[in-house]
Amino acid sequence: MSAPFPTRRQEEWRYADLDALQPVWEQFAEPVTLTVGAGEELEETWLPMPDDVQPRRVQLALGEGAKARIFALNAAPVYGRIELEVSLAEGAQFELFAANIGTGLSTNEIVTNVKHIGEGGRSRQTIRSVLNGKATGSYLGKVEVARGAQQTDAEQSVKAMLLDRGATANCKPELEIFADDVKCAHGATVGELDTMQLFYAQSRGLDPASARALLLEGFIMGLWDSAKEGDAICEAAREALRRVV
Amino acid sequence: MLEITNLHATVADKPILNGVSLSVPAGEVHAIMGPNGSGKSTLAYVLAGRPGYKVSEGSAAFDGKDLLALEPHERAAAGLFLGFQYPVEIPGISYLQFLRESLNSQLRARAETEISAGEFIKLAKGQAALLGMDAEMLKRPVNVGFSGGEKKRAEMVQMGIMSPKFAVLDETDSGLDIDALKAVGAGINRIMRAPDKGVLLITHYQRLLDYVEPDRVHVLVSGRIERSGGPELARELEREGYAEAAA
Repeated sequence: MSAPFPTRRQEEWRYADLDALQPVWEQFAEPVTLTVGAGEELEETWLPMPDDVQPRRVQLALGEGAKARIFALNAAPVYGRIELEVSLAEGAQFELFAANIGTGLSTNEIVTNVKHIGEGGRSRQTIRSVLNGKATGSYLGKVEVARGAQQTDAEQSVKAMLLDRGATANCKPELEIFADDVKCAHGATVGELDTMQLFYAQSRGLDPASARALLLEGFIMGLWDSAKEGDAICEAAREALRRVV
Repeated sequence: MLEITNLHATVADKPILNGVSLSVPAGEVHAIMGPNGSGKSTLAYVLAGRPGYKVSEGSAAFDGKDLLALEPHERAAAGLFLGFQYPVEIPGISYLQFLRESLNSQLRARAETEISAGEFIKLAKGQAALLGMDAEMLKRPVNVGFSGGEKKRAEMVQMGIMSPKFAVLDETDSGLDIDALKAVGAGINRIMRAPDKGVLLITHYQRLLDYVEPDRVHVLVSGRIERSGGPELARELEREGYAEAAA
């Protein structure tokens, strides 16, 4: 028997496109489990798939001193969801660099739950969204610091760029802290392209569409700087941006 | 080459230019001097087509074409270059990528052959070396983390790469130490001193004009050219101040 179909009353499904999800739910009801053993390292790159509806549900368990770094691009034509539940044992490190690139009526969301269980864990989440038309891009990020998970260092940086008035960005960092010696930082901005940067690029010969594309490329591409195998995700992101700009 | 006639312009509905008339023939360098708030930068931005700078009257022709009818990128492709007083930072995009895409965009607009990555790197390194700029800086995001002087040198490297027909240089000398000023002055002469090119050099001070000798000097006061003269006018202004000289 599979897990019950979610409802919007559940906070983590609040902005989801449940109508799009319904027909494919059976395949995705159970999250995929990844385990990184003590002291081991994992680097994953998640590229968009060709399907209209692209849910990706992952549970990631990091052992003592384990390191995981995930690069993810969420750019589904109808509904994309990257759902990630991470648990960090003592001294584990987790990094997520992810983008929502959405156009038309699409909904793309990144939903994370990062659980610092052991002491001295470190998590970094950097999320960028570029949205046009009536697209929605969301980030719901919960960070839980368990009792005793002292010296946790957690950070969330979320920025969204809206290219049309009809586009929507939702951003909800959430902290639940049961330890008293921790560092948890989060920042979020929603903006439009800088008019002076646009003018500068145009004054050098770029037409308005190319200038916008270049500035948005800069906004997104910084995410993949530390990727070992960054070429595929760079190419996929450029491709997704071309559809949006 | 550049023919400005009775140009009036407003910024946020406030009149800033009140009838500027100016003619720069090919092969000449003209300096525009004037006190703060006289409209120097506004004139530069109007010529380059900055959004929000509205022309209410008058005209500007460049090589016989109506400059004001063109979009900013079309003006660049036509051969106009604006050296910014405050060059803009663009994170996430390297100088090399920014300039190669810009140059190729201009070449495409002029139906010329685009430049390959290899050729472009050679061109960019050469121009950087001529202006005394470390070519490694071109790998960094556009102007991010550059000092004031480095940004101005980088503007001149850009001008060298684009090799425009006409340059409007808005206080390119501000924020430069004496060595950088010499390098920038030499750069302007090398890139722009040619029978088929022209320069409008906007400056507060005489000192850049020691390195780039202007053919004509114009004094802009309250959005109008109050006086014009030869290079000696700049020295007079330096001695006596704008109030005295414009009277």
